[in-house]
Amino acid sequence: MSSKSAAAIGVSAVRSPSVRASRTLWNVLFYAVAIVISAFMFLPFFWSLITSFKPDDEIFSMPIRWLPSRLTLEHYRNAFTTVPFGLYFWNSLVLAVAGVVANLFFGSLSGYAFAKLPFRLNKPLFRILLAAMMIPGIVTMIPSFYVLKHFPFVGGNDWYGAGGNGLLNTFWGIILPGASGSFAVFFMRQFFLTLPSDMMEVARIEGCREFRIFWNVYLPLTKPALATLGIFTFQAGWNSFLWPMIVLNDPNKATIQMGLQAFSFNHQTDFGPMMAGALIAVLPILVLFLLLQKYFVQGIAFSGIKG
Amino acid sequence: MASYGKLTRHQSRTAYLFITPTMLLFLVFTVIPVVMALYLSFTNYDVLSRMKWVGTDNYKRLFGDVLYWTTFKNVAYYTVVFVPLNIALSLGLAMLFNFRRPGVRLFRAMSYMPTLTSAVAAATVWVWLLHPEYGLVNTMLGYVGVTGPAWLAQTETAMLSIILVTLWQTVGSNMIIYIAGLQGVPDYLYESAKLDGATAIGRFRYITWPQLRPTTFLVSTMSIIGALQLFDQAFVLTQGGPGNVTKTPVYLIYQQGFNQLQMGYASAQAFVLAIAILIFSLINMRVNKSEESVV
Repeated sequence: MSSKSAAAIGVSAVRSPSVRASRTLWNVLFYAVAIVISAFMFLPFFWSLITSFKPDDEIFSMPIRWLPSRLTLEHYRNAFTTVPFGLYFWNSLVLAVAGVVANLFFGSLSGYAFAKLPFRLNKPLFRILLAAMMIPGIVTMIPSFYVLKHFPFVGGNDWYGAGGNGLLNTFWGIILPGASGSFAVFFMRQFFLTLPSDMMEVARIEGCREFRIFWNVYLPLTKPALATLGIFTFQAGWNSFLWPMIVLNDPNKATIQMGLQAFSFNHQTDFGPMMAGALIAVLPILVLFLLLQKYFVQGIAFSGIKG
Repeated sequence: MASYGKLTRHQSRTAYLFITPTMLLFLVFTVIPVVMALYLSFTNYDVLSRMKWVGTDNYKRLFGDVLYWTTFKNVAYYTVVFVPLNIALSLGLAMLFNFRRPGVRLFRAMSYMPTLTSAVAAATVWVWLLHPEYGLVNTMLGYVGVTGPAWLAQTETAMLSIILVTLWQTVGSNMIIYIAGLQGVPDYLYESAKLDGATAIGRFRYITWPQLRPTTFLVSTMSIIGALQLFDQAFVLTQGGPGNVTKTPVYLIYQQGFNQLQMGYASAQAFVLAIAILIFSLINMRVNKSEESVV
């Protein structure tokens, strides 16, 4: 064993110029592969951006023009005037922000309880929440629709849940089912577990009430976790498509994803405005990513560690 | 001692108060729907008329429903191609971008960017990229002398196009998960393997891959569950066509339930799909387990 490693060291000392050459080769290879991959991943962004600023005749030119001869905002104007993209943008923003606020508050409230407070059903209830994360969304889709439609006392429903449309076609129908996701509870619980418990004891001796201990002592310490969870939730809310399409019928309540889908379905050859719309639909997340990159990565890495 | 008990009781009362909103929402929007899902599948619920118990009629109808099994075949094909490719590509990317080299953070960010897009926006852009005449993909194929197909309009390539688009969109986040996993593999394993003269392939086979098993298990489980519920991309890219080759079970359930309002029948379809997801996940678990004994 030791003679073998000594021999290896001797060999590497003799061959050092060739080792250096092969290292350079590896570096060249690494950058070549990395650049090709990155270019492929980035190309759709580049191409949709270019298309959205190209005049119409250059979009359909053969052979294709990589760079436009002049830039035009016509497609953006076009997209915003044919359909109310501004309104859709606002609707999506309201829904996504409401989802973030609700998940941060309820998620950290129950995450704190599960991590820091003793109660008999702590373990069993938490296990049930965790297990429920594995239930595929398709199972609850139709019954959740039923629950929303027959929600008592709202949307013209009587106490028995009949007569009206309940929470269908309202923003509550999107916000409430996702207001306290199991993921948010789990995520916040794991973070609260890493915080020491003796601050709680000190605060209690000082006569602090339980909610204030949570709100003023512990919650401020979880800011990085809240940022990560907030971004995660915002992205999920902003990008969701099927459920809003089921719940919202009123065109004035449509989200940006629904608006974009309807637009590209109805204007199948207007690629300029289509690309403009698609870019508008991804813009908020891209901006958030550029500003807060590390929180995105933390959120993803966390969901890997939990397994 | 008595005051200690009082304090604990006070704390547990607070705890129940704190979890009440979450548990109420969980009850209304998860527990009740799961129970109802099974119940509805035995009824003829159609929103408009009175709900009636129809026994196993929905399930009998389902077994003779050719379109339903076609969608199953489609999504099974999609899953069998998509999931292994997804794992191979995201692990490959992770190993590549785990090297400490200048600029590697930029490369990671570029690979991660597609995961930020919504399925609808990504599909919209790819409809344009895959355009048979003016699309970028066929133009670039033309540079190397290949005449590209009408990607989304041909039965042979429609599903492959959806696989391509979803891969582009999802490998970035799995790459991040794998990078986190790779950074958890202790360095001394590689060092001692190198001293023993293990080749790069050997080091991957006997160190990296076994060490990453929990990560692979997570990534594969999540992508199987997601793949079998494919909807957004199929809905925007191809509308289930051409000739239903890209129609998926969720797509069919959506149409059956919310366009034709046959919600009882759609519930039965959803339930069978959920069982299929369970079976696929169990097979995946077995595959991951059986490999454990090899090493």
